[in-house]
Amino acid sequence: MAKITYIEHGGRQHVVEVPNGQSVMEGAVKNNVPGIDADCGGACACATCHVFVDESWLAKSGDKSSMEESMLDFASEVQPNSRLSCQIKVSDALDGLIVRLPASQH
Amino acid sequence: MSGSTIQRVLIVGAGQAGGETAQRLRAGGFTGEITIFGEEPLPPYQRPPLSKKYLAGEWGEDRLLLRPASVYADEGVTLVLNRRVVWIDRTAKRIRLEGGQELPYDALVLATGAKARALPVVGADLPGVHLLRTAAHVEAIRPRFVAGAKAVIIGAGYIGLETAAVARQLGLEVTVIEAAIRPLARVTSPEMAGFFLDQHTAQGVRFALSAQVAVIKGQSQVSAVGMADGSEIPADIVIAGIGVAPETALAELAGLNVNNGVVVDRAMRTSDPDIYAIGDCCSRPLVHYGDRHGRLESVHNAIEGAKIVAAGILGQQPPKEEAPWFWSDQYDLKLQIAGLFGGYDHLVQRGDMAARKVALFYFARDRLIAVDAVNSPAEYLGAKMLIQEGKSASPADLADPSIPMKDIAAKARAH
Repeated sequence: MAKITYIEHGGRQHVVEVPNGQSVMEGAVKNNVPGIDADCGGACACATCHVFVDESWLAKSGDKSSMEESMLDFASEVQPNSRLSCQIKVSDALDGLIVRLPASQH
Repeated sequence: MSGSTIQRVLIVGAGQAGGETAQRLRAGGFTGEITIFGEEPLPPYQRPPLSKKYLAGEWGEDRLLLRPASVYADEGVTLVLNRRVVWIDRTAKRIRLEGGQELPYDALVLATGAKARALPVVGADLPGVHLLRTAAHVEAIRPRFVAGAKAVIIGAGYIGLETAAVARQLGLEVTVIEAAIRPLARVTSPEMAGFFLDQHTAQGVRFALSAQVAVIKGQSQVSAVGMADGSEIPADIVIAGIGVAPETALAELAGLNVNNGVVVDRAMRTSDPDIYAIGDCCSRPLVHYGDRHGRLESVHNAIEGAKIVAAGILGQQPPKEEAPWFWSDQYDLKLQIAGLFGGYDHLVQRGDMAARKVALFYFARDRLIAVDAVNSPAEYLGAKMLIQEGKSASPADLADPSIPMKDIAAKARAH
């Protein structure tokens, strides 16, 4: 279980407890956090679950696969800390994680 | 009708399209009543994992659900499950449920989906013969879907091949029977079909192509599939993935315009302006393909329809249509598809089939109309963007993997 803080583009914060094994994307969608569309449901097929990982959590959130990296190439406003949240698996090590959401996923 | 007069929205169908409609309406500020009617026992769930992670046992029911059941009550959305809607009275603007109860609507959304076609042969009702369309179907399959069992899969479309891939991963013996001369005949080119045929063959899947099923044999349960040529394929379990038919009965009874799906306009309105149809059950204008009507069986279509209907009811600007997109996961292959390949006259290959990283771009004359991208997400996203914007790309550039897809797309967009 990890407590994750999602910060909407407008600044509104949502703190959600997400079970281990689920993705950061699922934590948002299943708790009605707006700003992550996740159209494909986590299949790494659509690039609509883009988040910015807080710098202090970058190392712990793991490496991007080459597939994720290629998908992000086509997302808008991509930053070095951009991730697809369906590809970040939740574990105790991510307790306290902070992610920020982009203005739009499309 | 102006947005402010709509107080009661009834949604028939609790699949992804129906669930998303309710969510988008609330997210957009709709404060009236929303009720979703579903024939299945579950709240709206994702269908794509049914033939993938759910069948493999990697996902449980909780992960299948689009959102937890509690969210609907929290948002003031009434979910009526295990219930059929049997009649629409368009004049009185009421629907009737099985059992006779009637409910009024201001706007009605048909999100009735599609149903799996049953095998039209004797023996199709034997225990051990299954369809794969619903979570309940998968639950029924699971006890027989075990290592060493002989699985016969009828139909080599995406459902059939995804099922075959999971079956091999779980250690079943797998034979796929297909009436056409190649797998995926309806959905992709001979080149891409050949690639998937090779991949499955290498994984130990046997294929019977150009093969007709005559009968399913067995006493108390299935034991074999009898072929038209007289041969038999032993089977402990048979799964038919021979396509779906749009669920249009309600619309037809109501006298709505139906032609391979409930016919809708760009705003997803049926021939009755107070009734919308979205998702697998509708036939909509394909705006990237000259507005010809077509039926799309996809997550993209379900979500987009929901967004457009919600915008319509709220009197807001609808989103711009995306190029149709799809995906299929088989083994470690991720196939991502953008656009519709029908009517292509040539294709351009980028990448290497042997390396299992390849994209096929489909052209009609000089226009890019679709891509099949295997383990090639940049090619998929680049092509999707171009198709959406009505842009093409240089075939010579596409065929040269040393030029990054991002650069090809940027150059094409600048044209």
